[in-house]
Amino acid sequence: MKVRVRKVNPVKALFKTGGGVMRHTIQVTVNGQTHQVEVESRMLLVELIRDVLGLTGTHVGCDTSQCGACTVHVNGEAVKSCTMFAVQADGCEITTIEGLAQDGQLHPLQEGFWQEHGLQCGFCTPGIIMAAADLLKRNPNPSEDEIRHALEGNYCRCTGYHNIVRAIQYAAARMRGEAVVPRGEAAPTGAS
Amino acid sequence: MIPQTFAYKKAHTIDEALALLRAHGDDAKLLAGGHSLIPLMKLRLSTPELLIDIGGIRELTEIREQDGRIELGALVTHRMIEFSTLLKQKCPVLPEAAALIGDPQVRNKGTIGGSLAHADPAADYPAVMLALDAEIEATGPDGSRTIAAREFFQGLFTTALRPDEMLTRVRVPAMPPRSGAAYLKFPNPASRYAVVGVAAFVKLAPDDTCAEVRIGITGAAPAAFRATRAEEQLVGRAIDDRTLTAALEDLVDPDDLLSDLAATAEYRAHLCHVLTRRALRQAAERAHS
Ligand SMILES: Cc1cc2nc3c(=O)[nH]c(=O)nc-3n(C[C@H](O)[C@H](O)[C@H](O)COP(=O)(O)OP(=O)(O)OC[C@H]3O[C@@H](n4cnc5c(N)ncnc54)[C@H](O)[C@@H]3O)c2cc1C
Ligand code: FES
Ligand code: FES
Repeated sequence: MKVRVRKVNPVKALFKTGGGVMRHTIQVTVNGQTHQVEVESRMLLVELIRDVLGLTGTHVGCDTSQCGACTVHVNGEAVKSCTMFAVQADGCEITTIEGLAQDGQLHPLQEGFWQEHGLQCGFCTPGIIMAAADLLKRNPNPSEDEIRHALEGNYCRCTGYHNIVRAIQYAAARMRGEAVVPRGEAAPTGAS
Repeated sequence: MIPQTFAYKKAHTIDEALALLRAHGDDAKLLAGGHSLIPLMKLRLSTPELLIDIGGIRELTEIREQDGRIELGALVTHRMIEFSTLLKQKCPVLPEAAALIGDPQVRNKGTIGGSLAHADPAADYPAVMLALDAEIEATGPDGSRTIAAREFFQGLFTTALRPDEMLTRVRVPAMPPRSGAAYLKFPNPASRYAVVGVAAFVKLAPDDTCAEVRIGITGAAPAAFRATRAEEQLVGRAIDDRTLTAALEDLVDPDDLLSDLAATAEYRAHLCHVLTRRALRQAAERAHS
């Protein structure tokens, strides 16, 4: 793992701060890269990720803990990064959508969304993929029902969820080492 | 939505947290999972000057069995409860209720101590705590004291905790033989909070009548409560349709219940009846098997 410590002082641009503000220097490892950053107490984790570290794959849909667009992993668990302060993440390992692909290879979930047309506008997709990744770690072979329950905290306003469920099933099968043929490519004559 | 500025301190031990609470009084708030507090701070309905982050107090993150009871630290998350093999064996109603809270991301962060201390009228655990006759441990400058669940929930967002105390542990019984418990909830379709949630505990006597019954109801009123009138009428009787109909007749009075966008008081009263009936039946079935 490459660790590069980078100093950023971002907050000035973000907030006009009054008196009595407390600032903290925190260290977070995001997608394998360690950052030392100065943050204001009230900076949200999602603001750190997007506005300071420039990782804009994590989205803000509602800013009220409802939609799940901001879902990232903190120490391996899916959380809504709009409902956590950046200082709370001091010392934590964070994975965002940008950290899923390895060595230029899409993560099976990303591949599944591609193959099964699991997105339309794509706004919800990063959050849904991070929530699904948490599910598949606990449950490598979830039923359709279990997948839908695991997405209770993620809203998609485009797809109606059907292809999202298929994309996650595709990824689950791939991660179990099974061969999968995307529906769109299952040729009637049985091409390999 | 940007919260008002505040200072932030991390407490690593219970003593550190208590000392900070004592020094800063009403200006300070404890921060556990943040999944009730942070949304309130963003709306500026809560504007603490100091947040004391108790999330790093390791000793409060354990679930363990002790003297026939299961003890949970205040910082045990809903997710840890949902997947605890110990609880699934010894007190399965608690993981069942935890699995109904919000969504997986909320369950990954939210804690049982935070939920109970916050005492949201629509929270799930309070009903279960009441039905299980749980004990809640509060620790303050003079040490720890135990509060019965029945004394704990006092009103809208109001508990028996004193301002200089923190909730440190929760103790629930391991289910005794020939007993069963169930939690049923009518969730608000948008928020998943309970419009009404009912937890029932039944312990059967050798002749299959009820030796002990407890009913905890959340979501319906400003604070979760025990339906003691109905409980008293069920003790000594076997759970069947006629007994249930008679015992639940005066279960709740709509005048005491909440009315809001999700449901009128009358509808909540109806839900209380339906869910209590089902929860008692399910608890009794489990007690038989
Ligand atoms: C989208 C969403 C959906 C939700 N759905 C549900 C649901 O369906 N059912 C449900 O029951 N809940 C639901 N919740 C609430 C969730 O369960 C919260 O986690 C819980 O209410 C508070 O726990 P917390 O650890 O996050 O506490 P925090 O938000 O950190 O704290 C809440 C309050 O309790 C105080 N506090 C925290 N810990 C302690 C302690 N140990 N001692 C004394 N005081 C303390 C804090 O000072 C604060 O005032 C939902 C929340 C969200 C965001
Ligand atoms: S932006 Fe965080 S839940 Fe919607
Ligand atoms: S694809 Fe548009 S919100 Fe889900």
